[in-house]
Amino acid sequence: MIHIKRLQEDGVDIIALIGEIDASSSIELDLAIAKSVGEGFSKILVDCNSLEYISSAGLGVFMSYIEEFKDQNIKMVLFGMNENVANTFEILGLNELLKIGKDKAQAKSMVNEL
Amino acid sequence: MNYKQKVGCNIENLKGVRDFIRNALKDHGVPDLQISELVLALDEMCSNLMIHSHQCNPDELFEIHIILKKGDPIIFEIIDDGNTFDINQFAEPDLGNLVHEKRKGGLGIRLVKSIMDKIEYQNRSGKNVCRLTKKIQYD
Repeated sequence: MIHIKRLQEDGVDIIALIGEIDASSSIELDLAIAKSVGEGFSKILVDCNSLEYISSAGLGVFMSYIEEFKDQNIKMVLFGMNENVANTFEILGLNELLKIGKDKAQAKSMVNEL
Repeated sequence: MNYKQKVGCNIENLKGVRDFIRNALKDHGVPDLQISELVLALDEMCSNLMIHSHQCNPDELFEIHIILKKGDPIIFEIIDDGNTFDINQFAEPDLGNLVHEKRKGGLGIRLVKSIMDKIEYQNRSGKNVCRLTKKIQYD
């Protein structure tokens, strides 16, 4: 079960993920990101502070946007991952393909620098 | 200690699979990070099975066994009537291609192969058994 909240700060869209993302809930993540892009945001932060678990279904959603975001000059930074979630990204080396910050402050400066 | 669980092929049941694995492993001195990785690997195997071998039919069941003996590698068995899909035979596209093709699949198998030491398939009295082995540095 995943609960997703969105809020906007200084022109940055922040998508907060609360709960667990697996094959049954990854569609929610996909819809939230698509919605943010559809509304015209070009700076997107993904708040993972309350993300307890992510499986490959969720990782695949992030991967699937990499190319499109590069083409459209949309910046996305993830932040606030717990150790287990961070490890899941690292097993496959996705931490090299995605931008990941420690906390919101760092993620904000990353999204503005990129 | 052995643990068994029957699972119906509905992806809504993956949460229950994860709870089963975590609860079985938590009191045996398996380090937390390893528990998380094993929970993830079993989630990936079960979701593949539910989606690709059983088309998410909740009336079709398979069984998970965990064979745990302190000092030995942990053995997970997934016992099933459906078609076997041997992930050892699956050629993974490289990550760069996955990004390029915007494909959402293919990552799960890669995770399982990274996490587990051994993935074997056997036929046991008409059932397909997928046996996953993981060596543990017990706390």
